[in-house]
Formats: sequence, C-alpha cells, structure tokens
Amino acid sequence: MDGFVRVPISEQEPKVRATNFEEVCLGYTEEEAVKEAGRCLNCKNPKCVGGCPVSINIPAFIHEVSERNFEKAYQIISESSALPAVCGRVCPQETQCEGQCIRGIKGEAVAIGKLERFVADWARENGVKPTPAEKKNGHKVAVIGSGPSGLTCAGDLAKLGYDVTIFEALQKAGGVLVYGIPEFRLPKDKVVAAEVENVKSLGVTFETNVIVGKSITIDELMEEEGFEAVFIGSGAGLPRFMGIPGEQANGVFSANEFLTRSNLMKAYEDSDTPISRGKKVVVVGGGNVAMDAARTALRLGAEVHVVYRRSEAELPARAEEVHHAKEEGIQFDLLQNPVEILTDDNGWVTGVRVIKMELGEPDESGRRRPVEVEGSEYNIDCDTVIMSLGTSPNPLISATTKGLEVNRRGCIVAEETDGKTSKASVYAGGDAVTGAATVILAMGAGKAAAKGIDAYFQNNK
Amino acid sequence: MYEIVRKEQLAANIFLMDVKAPRVTHSCLPGQFIIAIAEEDGERIPLTICDYDREKETVTIVFQPIGASTLRMTELNEGDCFHDFVGPLGQPSELCLEENLEETKKKNIVFVAGGVGTAPVYPQVKWLKEHGVDTTVIMGSRTKDLLFFVDEMEKVAGQLCVTTDDGSYGFHGMGTDQLQALVDAGQKFDHCVAIGPMIMMKFVSLLTKKLEIPTIVSMNPIMVDGTGMCGACRLVVGDEIKFACVDGPEFDGHLVDFDQAMARMQQYKTEEGRKKLAYEEGDTHHGGCGNCGGDK
Ligand SMILES: Cc1cc2nc3c(=O)[nH]c(=O)nc-3n(C[C@H](O)[C@H](O)[C@H](O)COP(=O)(O)OP(=O)(O)OC[C@H]3O[C@@H](n4cnc5c(N)ncnc54)[C@H](O)[C@@H]3O)c2cc1C
Ligand SMILES: Cc1cc2nc3c(=O)[nH]c(=O)nc-3n(C[C@H](O)[C@H](O)[C@H](O)COP(=O)(O)OP(=O)(O)OC[C@H]3O[C@@H](n4cnc5c(N)ncnc54)[C@H](O)[C@@H]3O)c2cc1C
Ligand code: SF4
Ligand code: SF4
Ligand code: FES
Repeated sequence: MDGFVRVPISEQEPKVRATNFEEVCLGYTEEEAVKEAGRCLNCKNPKCVGGCPVSINIPAFIHEVSERNFEKAYQIISESSALPAVCGRVCPQETQCEGQCIRGIKGEAVAIGKLERFVADWARENGVKPTPAEKKNGHKVAVIGSGPSGLTCAGDLAKLGYDVTIFEALQKAGGVLVYGIPEFRLPKDKVVAAEVENVKSLGVTFETNVIVGKSITIDELMEEEGFEAVFIGSGAGLPRFMGIPGEQANGVFSANEFLTRSNLMKAYEDSDTPISRGKKVVVVGGGNVAMDAARTALRLGAEVHVVYRRSEAELPARAEEVHHAKEEGIQFDLLQNPVEILTDDNGWVTGVRVIKMELGEPDESGRRRPVEVEGSEYNIDCDTVIMSLGTSPNPLISATTKGLEVNRRGCIVAEETDGKTSKASVYAGGDAVTGAATVILAMGAGKAAAKGIDAYFQNNK
Repeated sequence: MYEIVRKEQLAANIFLMDVKAPRVTHSCLPGQFIIAIAEEDGERIPLTICDYDREKETVTIVFQPIGASTLRMTELNEGDCFHDFVGPLGQPSELCLEENLEETKKKNIVFVAGGVGTAPVYPQVKWLKEHGVDTTVIMGSRTKDLLFFVDEMEKVAGQLCVTTDDGSYGFHGMGTDQLQALVDAGQKFDHCVAIGPMIMMKFVSLLTKKLEIPTIVSMNPIMVDGTGMCGACRLVVGDEIKFACVDGPEFDGHLVDFDQAMARMQQYKTEEGRKKLAYEEGDTHHGGCGNCGGDK
C-alpha cells in the first residue's frame, strides 16, 4: 500500500451491527497502528496540532507509536488530554486535527483519532494509570457535573494536590458520555467507567444524586461545607422543541429522553425503564445527537428517516457518523422541515407533515439559510418522532447563585482563558458556558479552569 | 445508599417509608419531590415528599405500587436501602414559603386530596398549621379500606371532611361533591389546592373555575431525569410548554391542559403492562410473547 491511503480499520458489518449495541469500530491492532503511524511525516511545522483544541503533540505521540513505545505515547497524550479513549472515538477529527494534516492534501490524512484511541485503549488494557499527587495541599474545591469538563477539571486539580469533590445530579458519573452518546459509539463499562475510575484513583471524591441549586446551593457549599472554589460544568440543559402543532402528541420525544432511557437506564437491554420501539421513526435534526437517536432507534428495530432542513454538506454531525448511519440503512430526507405532527383521535403520532426547503443566502452562521418552497408540503407516515434541535441552558444553577452572570441566551459568562465567572472563586466551562459543543472543547475548558483555580490559590496565599 | 428506617402499610395498596437522606432533608419544603431508584440500573421513580425530619434526616414517602418498579419497591424492608435517592426537586408550594406568609394568612384555603394525593397534601397542611394558618381539608378515596392518614390529618387541619365514593365512610360522594356542599352551606374559600389523580384534579379545577376559586394542582406526568434535561414531563399550561420537574410540579389548575396530560400518561401503557406481568408472574409467566424464551 502506498502512503496516500490509510490503513483500513475493522468495523462490524453494517447489517450485523444494525441489530446490536456493540461498538461499531473495532479499533486498530498493534500491527495496524504501527503501520498507520508510519504514514506520519513528522512535520517540522505540524499543522495537525493547530487543529486540535488542546494541542496534543501529535507528531511526537505518533512517532512513539511507530517505535512501539506505547506507554511513552500515552504519556505524551496525557500531558494535554485527560480523556484520550473518549476523544479518539468521538472528536470530529475531520474538521480538527485530521482536517489540517498535510497528508490530507494529496491523499488521506493520518488517522490521528484512531491512533489516539489505540494508545488509550492499550494503556487501559495494560494497567497504565495517571499518577496521583504526592502531597495534598489541603484546599477544598467543588466541581459541579461529571461530564468531560468536570472530570478533566477535577482530575487536573487532584494531580496538583487539591481535595476535590464532584457533585453529580444523576446516579452515574460521566455526563453526556453516559446518558447521551450510545454504547455502540462509546462503550460505557469498558471506556467511560474506566476514565471515571482514573479520576477516582487520583483521589477525587464523587457524590452522585446531588443537584446543586436544589439539594444545596453554591453559596452553601462555600459557606457551610468549606469549599474554597467551585467549578461549574453542568452541561447544555433543556431540550428545544419546534413549537409546531401536534408536538405534545404521544410518540414525540426529545432525543435526550430517548437516549437517556436507552443509555443511562439501559432500556435497550430490557431493564425496568420502558422505551418506545417505533416501527417507523422520524428524527428531526442533523447533529451528532440526531445521528445517535436515529441509530439507536434503528437498533431497536425501526425503519428510520432523518429529516434535516439543509443539505448534506451542512449536516453538523461528524462525517463518520453520517457515513455509518447511511451504511446501516438510515434514510436521509434532506432539505425538508416539519410543519406539523399528525395524530390520530387518541393523540398518538401517525405522521409528520413536512415542507421542502431550498438554500438561500448565507446567514450569520455562514451556512446558507434554508427557505421554504411554497406549496411543497407532503406527509411522511410514522409512529414516532424524535426531536433533536439542540438545547437551551438549564436555569437551576444561575437562578440560585447570587452574582453569577449569564448572557442573553442564558449561558454562564466565563473567561475563555481561565474559566473565571462574575462571582468570586467560581469558575465555569464546557457546554454550560458555550452551549452544546464538543467533548474536546469541554475538556479544554475544564483544563483551563483547573489552571485558573490553581493560579487563584497561588495568588491568594 | 439510602436506608429505609421505617416501613408501614397504610391501606390496602398504599405504603409509607421513612428514608435516610440528609441532603434532601436539609433543603426540602412542602410541594417538592424526590426521585428514588430501588436498585442499580432501576427506573427513576418520582415521589412527592410527604414529610421530613431535619433532625433525624429522614424523608417520608407514600406510594402506591402500580408498575414493575413501584412493585419492586414494596419488597424493600426496614434496614434495606434505596440505591439512589435524589432531591428535593421541583419548586416548593407557594403557600409554604415564609415570604408569602402574610398573604397566606389572609386566605381561606381548602385542600382537596384524592387517593394517594392525601400524602402530599399532609405536609402543606401541617406546615400551615405550624405557622398559624387553619385550613379546610377534603380527603377522598374510593372506599374506606383505601383511606389513610385520617388521624394525622385530623391533628393539623382546621376542618376535615372525609369522603368515599361508595359511602363506606364519611361523606358519600366525591371530593368535588363535598366542596360544592360546603360552598352551598355558605362556606367561603378563596384558594384551593387539589392533589390526586389527574382526572380528579381536572374535575376539581372545572368546579373551582365555576366557583371562581383560584386553584393550584400538583402535576405528576411521566418523568425521566427530573432535572430539566429530557423534556418528558412537558405540559401545556396556558399557551406555554412547561417542564413539570423544573417549573412545577404545582401549576394553575385553570390553565393546565388536563386532557393532553392524561393522553400523555398512556405513552408506555402497553410496554409497562408487559413488564408488570412479567414481574408478577416471574418464571411462571407464559404470555407466549416469545421475548423471554420461557415458552421453550
Ligand atoms: C447524543 C450526543 C452525542 C454527542 N456526540 C458528540 C460527538 O460525537 N463528539 C463530540 O465531541 N461531542 C459530542 N456531543 C457533545 C458533547 O458530549 C458535549 O459537548 C460534552 O459532553 C459537554 O461536556 P460538559 O462537561 O460541558 O457537560 P455534560 O457532559 O453535559 O455533563 C454535565 C453534567 O452535569 C450534571 N449536572 C447538570 N446540572 C447539575 C446540577 N445542578 N448539579 C449537579 N450536577 C449537574 C449533568 O447531570 C451532567 O452529568 C454529543 C452530545 C450528545 C447529547
Ligand atoms: C412529581 C411527581 C410526584 C409523584 N408523587 C407520588 C406519590 O407521592 N405517591 C405515588 O404513589 N406516586 C407518585 N407519583 C407517581 C409515581 O411516580 C408513579 O406511580 C411511578 O413512577 C410509577 O412507576 P412504575 O414503574 O411502578 O410504574 P410504571 O411501570 O412506570 O407505570 C405503570 C402505569 O402507570 C402509569 N404511570 C406512569 N407514570 C405515572 C405517574 N407519574 N403517575 C401515574 N401513573 C403513571 C403508566 O402509564 C403505566 O400505565 C408522582 C409522580 C410525579 C411525577
Ligand atoms: S483530541 Fe481530538 S482533535 Fe485533538 S488530536 Fe485527539 S482526536 Fe484530534
Ligand atoms: S500534519 Fe499529518 S503528517 Fe504532519 S505531523 Fe501532523 S499528522 Fe503527521
Ligand atoms: S423529567 Fe426530564 S425534563 Fe422533566
């Protein structure tokens, strides 16, 4: 094989995986990883690093892989990333690190994400763990939320010797990694639980079933429980709906509800939590969340259509997920938008009325704005509709924390460089600040805030 | 883990438990609820806080087993633990906020409790009593055997009216009939709180609308997370979509679209029915659905 083409990665056959919840991508073997690593040109001015939001030293770790020094490779990645087994699986690599890779100009970019995943999986399987701090410094920090931002912030602070407690509202730690992203993309026990264990092994305490703002407020944490600083990593919040007729009908779900039932409560394995197994499901939206909902519904036995109002080029989901979804038989009804949910006399969904769209002038996001084609409405029959239209911030924390500034959209205002909010000794990051974004950005924000919090203590000593 | 320190069967199909949950007891108020999970990977079951003891750090819940998960809960005994127990969730009842006390004292308040709804009414009546407000409580059930908390309620209510649909105890009729009777007898109310099955809250609201008594109801739609993340609990109130777990559970009964809320309760009927059957019949279940392999 010449250097222009990637070492292919093994995946479960589309027909087989469409009926199970096992991981789709099987990952590289050692031989494959070493061979793929050999394609990296070890550029002097590595463009790939600029594409990675946390600036992993990509050529250096790939070089170690090509030399079979996997532990060394893991240490290099660990300097910048706390969740490599996760990011290697779910980062939108094609627009980040791999999108900038020089190899990509003439052929296929180096499979940076897959190599990162390989290294992280190798480290886990071979018992390589991050090293805890030698000495505690006695300062107590509270972290709210156990998603990527909270885990990263807590892990980094613990390594620096802080006494960190994570407060999590749900019964399990991991945030979107446990309740949102499905098993077939991110194995829960194997990968997510292992990452959480790593953070625990650094000495971080986890307290689940605590809703900050309800069970206890931030001010109480600081005044009554002795926490000297707080990091808020509470995630993106409430699901949005379209506000069209019929949306309250039985059989209309938010993607969050559908995915939470399946992932967190393991409804797909027949737990006590029920889940609607539709025969024909329409998923509205085109992001990662929509793809996950669609592919989960497919695995629960449905015929699935994704209805998205722009064209394929604008689909915000990772290219790999779209590709996988198509291979599995999910149908994409592009340039269409629901105008009404149709129901029977008992209030159950019978279909969706959609209107065709065309792309007009670019809007403020730079993407071409979809406009309705007059008179083009038609009906799609279905029994389930899953709305995946994004989220708006949950006011629970902001409403109960005096002096915490939020912006017009309700997101917490925080400095990008160190996570500082308008309230003294309170920091924030991740989706709670940016609105729904990515794992790696949330992680990066957690890292920046850990540095910010450490600097705060250094300066206040 | 959250220990059950007391368990009692209150009536034919109604159970009470005191559960050790320090964080909940330190911040909860009447009107709020908790979510309990009996065992790992179990269903998240929302239940109203029926009483709390900040010193003993216990929360009282009262529940009626209706599906697989609540049936499973009835098997837990004193000394056993809930795997998870989180709260308080939702907004406290506006009547039971110190800052509203002056206003509240001016009101003639009537509570209408139906079935297991008696349990969540109790802490509100008790809180008001402790703050010097006497209220009228109408508590109803289908029949005498399903009544509970009569003595407890007697102690905290200014006026207590017990009703049964079949006349086996107290007033013969439904809560709405009793309320109408009180009004006909010249009693004046300017605030009503109705808690119970949705159908009962709907009819109380229809009546109080006619009688022009502002009415608060406590909605119990299907919930998943209870923190405002999933949207399962959405209701139409006035022209707006509200999330019962963060905006509620108490809403203006004259604005709630009950018909839609009741239709939404049917969502998991068939799926749940199967699970309940499988649970009750266990290995002896021969439904022939093929799912369990038990037929082979
Ligand atoms: C279905 C789905 C698929 C996705 N796919 C991808 C993908 O492929 N690639 C990618 O990069 N990104 C993806 N994302 C986005 C990514 O998961 C998020 O951007 C990221 O998880 C944000 O991390 P976070 O730490 O800010 O918040 P979250 O992961 O949302 O975690 C927040 C945590 O805080 C807890 N919490 C909230 N409020 C409170 C409170 N008051 N008290 C205590 N705890 C609280 C929540 O329960 C939650 O556990 C996806 C998201 C979803 C929903
Ligand atoms: C805010 C709130 C407070 C509540 N407080 C109490 C309480 O104090 N005591 C109490 O006994 N119950 C209360 N409920 C109802 C209780 O949560 C449900 O009975 C329970 O979730 C049913 O769980 P299950 O798995 O046993 O039944 P499921 O198997 O989930 O359901 C069995 C059947 O009951 C229906 N159902 C599902 N959810 C509810 C619901 N929320 N209410 C009524 N029927 C439902 C289903 O459609 C199904 O037909 C409350 C609900 C909410 C949302
Ligand atoms: S963290 Fe994400 S963007 Fe950075 S190198 Fe890894 S896969 Fe690429
Ligand atoms: S740009 Fe591509 S080839 Fe160059 S160092 Fe990065 S991964 Fe290697
Ligand atoms: S229960 Fe999920 S948003 Fe209310």
